[in-house]
Amino acid sequence: MPALASRLKGMDGTATLTRGFELPLEPRLPRIGAVDAVALEARAADLAKRSIKRESKLAALDLIIRMTDLTTLEGADTPGKVAALCQKAVRPDPLDPSVPSVAAVCVYPNLVPVARERLGPDRSVRIASVATAFPSGQSPIEVKLADVRAAVEMGADEVDMVIDRGAFLSGRYAKMYDEIVKVKEAAAPAHLKVILETGELGTYDNVRRASLLAMAAGADFIKTSTGKISPASTLPVTLCMLEAIRDVEAETGRQVGMKPAGGIRHAKLAIQHLCVLSETLGRDWLTPERFRFGASSLVNDVLMQIRKQKTGAYQSPDYFTVD
Amino acid sequence: MSEIEHRGPAAPAPLEWEYAPAPEARDIVSFRERYGLYIGGEVVDPRSGDWFTTSSPADESPLAEVAQASGEDVGLAVDAARAAYEDGWSSLRPAERAKYLFRIARILQERSRELAVAESLDGGKPIKESRDVDLPLAAAHFFYHAGWADKLEYAFPNRNPRPLGVAGQIIPWNFPLLMLAWKVAPALACGNTVVLKPAETTPLTALMFADVCRQAELPAGVVNIVTGDGSTGAELVRNEGLDKVAFTGSTEVGKAIQRELAGRGIPLTLELGGKAANIVFDDCALDQAVEGIVNGIYFNQGHVCCAGSRLLVQESIAEPLIGKLKRRLQTLRVGDPLDKNTDVGAINSRAQLEKIRELVASGEADGAEIYQPPCVLPERGYWFAPTVFVNVAQSSRIATEEIFGPVLSVLTFRTPDEAVEKANNTPYGLSAGVWTEKGSRILWMASRLRAGVVWANTFNRFDPASPFGGYKESGFGREGGRHGLEAYLRFDE
Repeated sequence: MPALASRLKGMDGTATLTRGFELPLEPRLPRIGAVDAVALEARAADLAKRSIKRESKLAALDLIIRMTDLTTLEGADTPGKVAALCQKAVRPDPLDPSVPSVAAVCVYPNLVPVARERLGPDRSVRIASVATAFPSGQSPIEVKLADVRAAVEMGADEVDMVIDRGAFLSGRYAKMYDEIVKVKEAAAPAHLKVILETGELGTYDNVRRASLLAMAAGADFIKTSTGKISPASTLPVTLCMLEAIRDVEAETGRQVGMKPAGGIRHAKLAIQHLCVLSETLGRDWLTPERFRFGASSLVNDVLMQIRKQKTGAYQSPDYFTVD
Repeated sequence: MSEIEHRGPAAPAPLEWEYAPAPEARDIVSFRERYGLYIGGEVVDPRSGDWFTTSSPADESPLAEVAQASGEDVGLAVDAARAAYEDGWSSLRPAERAKYLFRIARILQERSRELAVAESLDGGKPIKESRDVDLPLAAAHFFYHAGWADKLEYAFPNRNPRPLGVAGQIIPWNFPLLMLAWKVAPALACGNTVVLKPAETTPLTALMFADVCRQAELPAGVVNIVTGDGSTGAELVRNEGLDKVAFTGSTEVGKAIQRELAGRGIPLTLELGGKAANIVFDDCALDQAVEGIVNGIYFNQGHVCCAGSRLLVQESIAEPLIGKLKRRLQTLRVGDPLDKNTDVGAINSRAQLEKIRELVASGEADGAEIYQPPCVLPERGYWFAPTVFVNVAQSSRIATEEIFGPVLSVLTFRTPDEAVEKANNTPYGLSAGVWTEKGSRILWMASRLRAGVVWANTFNRFDPASPFGGYKESGFGREGGRHGLEAYLRFDE
């Protein structure tokens, strides 16, 4: 292969490559890797069959509350609605003081000041805000960055951004990557969650590729969905992303967080997520610092289950406030 | 605003989250104190007058007394089967035969929880496997063959298929009820009657199956069940009244059976041991391959004739793959077979445990590097931790002999040709696995691997419609599918 050899060798005999074609030589080529859909879904279904009883169930329910990003992302959101949400976030069950606060509330940027006023400065319940032209991400980068800066200035502790799926699906990975890097910079010191909108990515291979790109670009968390399209988060998608997180930890030691969002409405499904989490990443991730549920109606079902575990009887949903 | 202030109060430590025990209710099954032989539709005491105890391998507690059938008992069972064959079963309208098989299938489904618990108690396998694999598949085999019973003319056009007569069937202890279904369903569908000899250590679900036959009102003598040790099996094979012998078990016994039958002109099906290669290429879906490897060797404690006991890994991914595999092993839950969260149960018998220990010791003596995840094994009963050997030589005993336990030997290869060469370099040939994202390579490999089943990007998948059987010392004849019917038919062409 003389042509290739001459391209590889520069005039002075040292190895050079065409720009844009540099290959890292050690320890091996970076491996995106593939995902087998059938086997992935079989494994997720297998883990969903774990039988969680008694004290381990109660511990899981408590943890699910502490991991929840209590969310409202409606065009119809008002200060009143967000104020009620904040109250619920701090004391999910007013009748049972042993029930902990949720991890965060998640709102649109315009409602961050209302949440901040309600929750005060102590940050025991954080404020997450979606930004970057949520939910489509189809705006110029300057607009997205301004969106992020505004949210943080108004008091957001965490920023949930969306990736540019248009760029990703057309193969312009660098554009998606660069945007995450810039958003991360603009959001600092707020934590950055990167929403992949897996329901639009089409394959688990794409979910894995987008997860690795987002983590490489500096995501503190990777998140499945905006909650605006169906399917949102599923158990196999979460497993697929957790496996990507596991690979990043094995390669670099960095522990990236995970947030499934959308479609998790019942305690049972949330517990299945914890089983997948626990058996894929282990104890280090069993904390709100590394795992969140993005949900609005999940909390009440969990509260009902907690009451059931403690009293042995189910209560009517009317005994739990809607917000 | 400093970083610390922004993060808010110190986060609580991650949770130590353990699964609480989740035992399946044992009281759904109540064993009788004693189980006689099932001959001619009746439960009878053995003429031998001998009984033996079957116990649970998980805690060595006795479960029930079971008859030890002698040659005389076996003779009575064969006579009963002959009488039932000539007395109507062979000439019964095929759709009527199908009716009985459909009934049996439905009763197996209805009683699946009870039978699954019994299977786990007597054999030591995790309840999630007996519940999700053994019982559904056993019922599926009866449903599938019920469908064939009145369509044999279409399965073999212009060949005039006829039943053989009385089939003697000997089954192993690793999938007691499922192996029974693999044997009994096709035999009955084709119009034969059977004398079945279950394994010494796991006779209970077969004896409960006798009850299922009565519930289904199967004519007396169509299914006969004789229990006992190896000598009972030998008596059965020796019996002159048989028209067919089918055996699943060790290669050693299979050879003895073939010698015994030499010159008698009786058709024989043997499904014997294996040392399957599970071949992992560097372009595979790594995490799913790890799951497949785990399922391939630790499923049913490795008591699987087609277990993927030899892992052939392309050298360029050996390191990350083995790292992932070790990490995965740490999450395997070994313990009480009746706990719904148990992944790996008890070793079936003391004798099998001794054999596994001996081979593992030889692997260590050969210089292979052993890895076992930290796990606390119960004090009573027969237990062995999931084990991986790396740096195994192709010539080592743990790479050549069937261990039939939760022990994986890892070898490496460099090219597809080398993978095929190493995979085929065994006296066995029951199954193989290929892991690659490249479809053309799957086909290339499958056409070169000398194994009865080649799985691609999966392992240990079974279906009644798919023929199963071996090359070389793994046996001959096929079970399942249209091919499996042929083993229970003669053709008047």
